[in-house]
Amino acid sequence: MSEVKTFVPAPDRAPPSNTLGPIAWVRENLFGSLSSTVATLLFFYLFFSYVPPFIEWALINANWTGADRSVCEANPAGACWTFINVRLEQILFGLYFASNPDELWRPTFIFILFFALLLPLLFEKTPGKKWLTIALLGVFPVVFYFVVYGGSFGIPQSNTTQWGGFLLTFALAFVGILLALPIGILLALGRRSELPVIRSICVVYIEFWRGTPLITILFMASVMLPLFFPAGVEFDKVVRAMIGITMFQSAYTAEAVRGGLAAIPKGQAEAAMALGLGYWKRTIFITLPQALKISIPSIVNTFIALFKDTSLVSIIGLLDLLNMAQTAARSVEWKGYDIEGYLFAGFIYWAFCYGMSRYSQNLERKLDTNRRN
Amino acid sequence: MTERTRIPLHRDPKVRALLIQVLALVLVVYGFYSLFQTTVDNLVARGIQTGTGFFDEVAPFQIGFSPFLDYTLGESTYIDVFFVGIQNTILVAVLGIVAATLLGFFIGVVRLSPNWLVSRGALAYIEIFRNVPLLLQIMFWNFAIFLPTLPAPKNSIEMGAFYLNARGFHTPLPVIEDATGFTIWLVLLSALIVGLIVFARRAKVRFEETGQQLPVLWISAAVMVIGGYLLYLISGSPLGFDVPVLGRFNFKGGGQLPLPLFSLWFALTLYTAAFIAENVRAGIQSVSHGQTEAAHALGLSRKDTVRMVTIPQALRVIIPPTISQYLNLTKNSSLAVAVGYEELVAVWAGITLNQTGQALVIIGMTVAVYECLSLLTSFVLNWYNKRIQLTER
Repeated sequence: MSEVKTFVPAPDRAPPSNTLGPIAWVRENLFGSLSSTVATLLFFYLFFSYVPPFIEWALINANWTGADRSVCEANPAGACWTFINVRLEQILFGLYFASNPDELWRPTFIFILFFALLLPLLFEKTPGKKWLTIALLGVFPVVFYFVVYGGSFGIPQSNTTQWGGFLLTFALAFVGILLALPIGILLALGRRSELPVIRSICVVYIEFWRGTPLITILFMASVMLPLFFPAGVEFDKVVRAMIGITMFQSAYTAEAVRGGLAAIPKGQAEAAMALGLGYWKRTIFITLPQALKISIPSIVNTFIALFKDTSLVSIIGLLDLLNMAQTAARSVEWKGYDIEGYLFAGFIYWAFCYGMSRYSQNLERKLDTNRRN
Repeated sequence: MTERTRIPLHRDPKVRALLIQVLALVLVVYGFYSLFQTTVDNLVARGIQTGTGFFDEVAPFQIGFSPFLDYTLGESTYIDVFFVGIQNTILVAVLGIVAATLLGFFIGVVRLSPNWLVSRGALAYIEIFRNVPLLLQIMFWNFAIFLPTLPAPKNSIEMGAFYLNARGFHTPLPVIEDATGFTIWLVLLSALIVGLIVFARRAKVRFEETGQQLPVLWISAAVMVIGGYLLYLISGSPLGFDVPVLGRFNFKGGGQLPLPLFSLWFALTLYTAAFIAENVRAGIQSVSHGQTEAAHALGLSRKDTVRMVTIPQALRVIIPPTISQYLNLTKNSSLAVAVGYEELVAVWAGITLNQTGQALVIIGMTVAVYECLSLLTSFVLNWYNKRIQLTER
């Protein structure tokens, strides 16, 4: 009699110790080959010869407190963040709000409201996203107008020319984004229209604005816009820049939306047609919602570009974030602290653009897997 | 019966399409006409007769940097200013495109390196430089770094015959000393190039017949460098070098890149390279792993796989967005206004516009130049896309 043996596999042996753990990781990822080793060493050399001195200058030795430049002159080995500290209100909100402490609550309130509306939108599971979006795009601009521009409800009026710093950058970008969206959608629809005249008008419009550098458009807006209107009609410089930026941005938004429209299968429109829907019903209820959803990442990318491009208004003399930081660094009290000014302004721009680009990348990844399922 | 099935006129799609288009056309034409009319009226009210008459007037300002075209204060006219502007725009665009392409490809490849540190370093570079406004970068380098830290001409940083100081970058410049010798050298060089092309063709034929490969690129490069130098000696060394020499205030002679041009070029290169690096990364990643595996299965070496399988397919994805980046770089060079480099927007849409007030003509011409460049770019793009389209059987 022979017993029936069941095969019992021996328990798995642990992988060799040299393929596990941090040492193995270092060996594979940092010293995998000769060239990789050389690259790692070179990287360490460059890193240690630049980064620690920079951190020492920017953080460890830096001057944070004080009220004038004597603090910084006493300790020239560190960055002078005192300058930013003293001029913070001016750099963020402009000269008018910085010199009227009673009015400071207005821009502060607006930014708190903006982030309170925006942040929940970034998370996937927030309930009532639709209402938040409507509040952000519809109600917020109205609140912005009444609080920052003022002129009613007992709030003193502050003209657009009195806005400055980050507030102006924000206003220019927000107006550009808000107004360019509907215009851009119409242009994108027009460019895909079957009517040759409508199509050509839209193509010419889009290609014209896309082919011209924004700075030329801003020159055009500041020099030629007054010429385009009969005498008596006047806009101030900020509104002129807003018009130029909106025109420019709408062409880029149109191209982003067109990409989305092109990605919707023809069957969707044909099915809608078979159900007896006319052009507008078909577009508004069937194709456009789907197209907008997939074009959100590219629309966000055009937002990023616009947010960076608002800095060009400093060339036509508006005191936006960049120009305000520069002006502050060239004032008599703080002459010579350009690097701090540029770094601070640069960091604000970077934080917003990087945040937006991460958001759009995540969205892109999510949309991508959705479509593969 | 026909009475009941006939579509009412306002519901006939053909009629509606026609009506809408005519309406749109009339609106646009009327809009442009009234804009134009108001503008001309406004200009007349300001005492400016719109026209091109000012082209031949002498421009009352100096342009310090004009490497190829002659510009003399008191003789050159406004239209010369226009061409000098275009020349300087093209100059910085070409310099920027060359440098940004090299740096961008390098960083894009490094981004995919198996070395974790190095690839993270490249990622940090990309994320920092493409998320900060270009204008801020230009001003940062020019006003915060180069101007205060670069030495005066007397203590210039020396790199062989190249000098860098707060006024700019100075290079030696080749000068033709012997015109006939130079012509002989050019003729000999052309003959050499023709010979190399024939050689490359032969090598290709041989490869297709026998499968044996010659390192054509290396041979050609070596022959070009060594042969070119020998021919240079044979034709009697026709070139001399104009070396920058320190004068009382600044360097004289040689080629000079003024500091604004240098800062602008530097910032444009760093900024655009970040975008090109992303294109390169996306392009290389777009080549599916199956392609490399198939190449290995066919027995191709690693080098041949990269050269003949990965790169050709990656380039298909890399080149179109990179060409758009070239156009962006050219348009972005207009930010030179901020640092005072004398390109088209600065001297034409800036100074000349202020001097003459001819807004309509000047802005129109500026826009036209950029539109031409943009049309040219999309023409090249379409041509390229058509050429590389996959021909499926």
